[in-house]
Amino acid sequence: MRRIIKKLLAEPLAIAGVVIIIFILLVAIFAPFIATHDPQSTFPANRLQPPSRDNWMGTDNLGRDTYSRVVFGTRIALLVSLLAISFATLLGLTFGIISGFAGGKIDSAFLIFFDIIKSFPALLLAITIIAITGPSLPMLIIIIGITRFPAYSRLVRAQTLRVKGHDYILAAKALGVSVPRIMIKHLLPNVLGPVFIQAAMDIPIVITFEAGLSFLGLGVPPPTPSWGSILRTGYSFLRIAPYMVIFGGAVLMLTTLGFTLMGETLRDFLDPKLRKVV
Amino acid sequence: MTGFIIRRLLVTVITVLGAMILLFVILQLIPGDFASVVLGPRATPDIIESFRIKMGLDQPIYVQLFNFIFNAIQGDLGQDVLSHLPVRILILQVLPHTIVLALTSIVVAALLGIPLGAYAAAFKGSWVDRVLGVISISAITIPSFLAGLLALLIFSVYLQWFPAMGAGQSGNIADQIYHLVLPASALALGWVGYLARIMRASMLDEMTEDYVRTARSKGLKESVVVFKHALRGALIPVIAVIGVGFGNLLGGAVLIEIIFHRPGLGYLIYTAIRTRNYPIVQGGLIIAVILYSLANLLADLSYGSIDPRVRSE
Repeated sequence: MRRIIKKLLAEPLAIAGVVIIIFILLVAIFAPFIATHDPQSTFPANRLQPPSRDNWMGTDNLGRDTYSRVVFGTRIALLVSLLAISFATLLGLTFGIISGFAGGKIDSAFLIFFDIIKSFPALLLAITIIAITGPSLPMLIIIIGITRFPAYSRLVRAQTLRVKGHDYILAAKALGVSVPRIMIKHLLPNVLGPVFIQAAMDIPIVITFEAGLSFLGLGVPPPTPSWGSILRTGYSFLRIAPYMVIFGGAVLMLTTLGFTLMGETLRDFLDPKLRKVV
Repeated sequence: MTGFIIRRLLVTVITVLGAMILLFVILQLIPGDFASVVLGPRATPDIIESFRIKMGLDQPIYVQLFNFIFNAIQGDLGQDVLSHLPVRILILQVLPHTIVLALTSIVVAALLGIPLGAYAAAFKGSWVDRVLGVISISAITIPSFLAGLLALLIFSVYLQWFPAMGAGQSGNIADQIYHLVLPASALALGWVGYLARIMRASMLDEMTEDYVRTARSKGLKESVVVFKHALRGALIPVIAVIGVGFGNLLGGAVLIEIIFHRPGLGYLIYTAIRTRNYPIVQGGLIIAVILYSLANLLADLSYGSIDPRVRSE
């Protein structure tokens, strides 16, 4: 961990990334204090207004303050990415360790299962399932988690294969330690490092994915503010009120930039071959 | 190599079959009776019953699954609920648009990304390299649908240089290309940055190889060493990534097609979902899975034919 922090602080672009992430985190935490309006209060008389002293980023078609919605949207973006990635990690760890540890036919079956999930274009799979089940926050988290988990499973499986031949695992087996205990006590701690790095690199992908689904009206249900839904409304009124797309898009871009810059540096720990790419 | 090809082909076939089964299971999740959901609240019990029989919904579930896969293998993807046209025809009408969009995007991305990456590697550590690095990472971080929205705003709404909607008149190639510029550029943007980075890393890797050192020691000009010798070797991993990229772009095209109201597979599936036209959703997703798997297969095979280590994995 200390090595990772040291590396992050040594790269100027990574520092920029960390600064952006801290800024976004602060905005999410202190959203009620930073926002100037209630993000869900409608003022029909004040609809589709350009930026002004009262509404810094203008208003949407219901007269809601875009700035306040962008601020509160930060919470949804971070919450969904955190929970969806946690879910993907949990699935990935479970399937990956079992697959790698069991080997043989079980491993092959799991690999095919991962390939099947991966063979669907993720967005199409997500919109199909959400359209069937109806959009909701838990559904969004489950679907994103399912579309992302094969990457974690493969990573965990590879790590498990690497670790399972080590002496201490063989010793534990010889001593008669139960398989679940070996998996949890001995394998899990040794495969977690790369998984955390993968999770950090996944954040911008999941934030973009959630924004894409919300843009289609299949993300977090209204009136909860999310960046994707701001872009959706902005798209409908692009000619007369482009501010929603401009500001909503800028914040989405800034956030993905921050996490990508950090992720790029962390990637070196996973794949030293790509070192110094940027 | 033959063994590798057969193994990969087999895995692809199993994957596609597995995806069909999974898709069948997903569509069983539709709450309520499938026929009533598809036909809407105004359908009479008689219409619902005849629809159930026509679609084979009165059969046991395993028979339905078998029929579903058997028909799909034969190219029968069912019937559109609204127009009663075969789903296959509807997909064939729009599929070329999606393939053209994805292909154009990947070609544009390669034509821009590869030279940028090679250039950055040739001037490693210089300000040119730094600037190109920042440009490529910025390109990667802009989601393609946002790039599409911004392109629409700037080049269609404000400057009015390019059309905002559609795929152009059929038969009029110039008009179709004109309609392709914005969507293809938006879709390509992220891949320009990605390919530039892969190319740069690959070039730097290649430049440490013995044959490059030999070329240098022969007294060849640096530009010849970099752009003739190292470039060729460095292209190998990039070509493999392009194969995977094509598959990803097919999926990424969904939002772009919706934003630009372009006919295409993604747009077809999306509108079918909104109208609960599940046979189209089902058929469209099968085709998407097949295309995606084929793109990955080709990428693997091309990589395998170049790099023997891949074959033994």
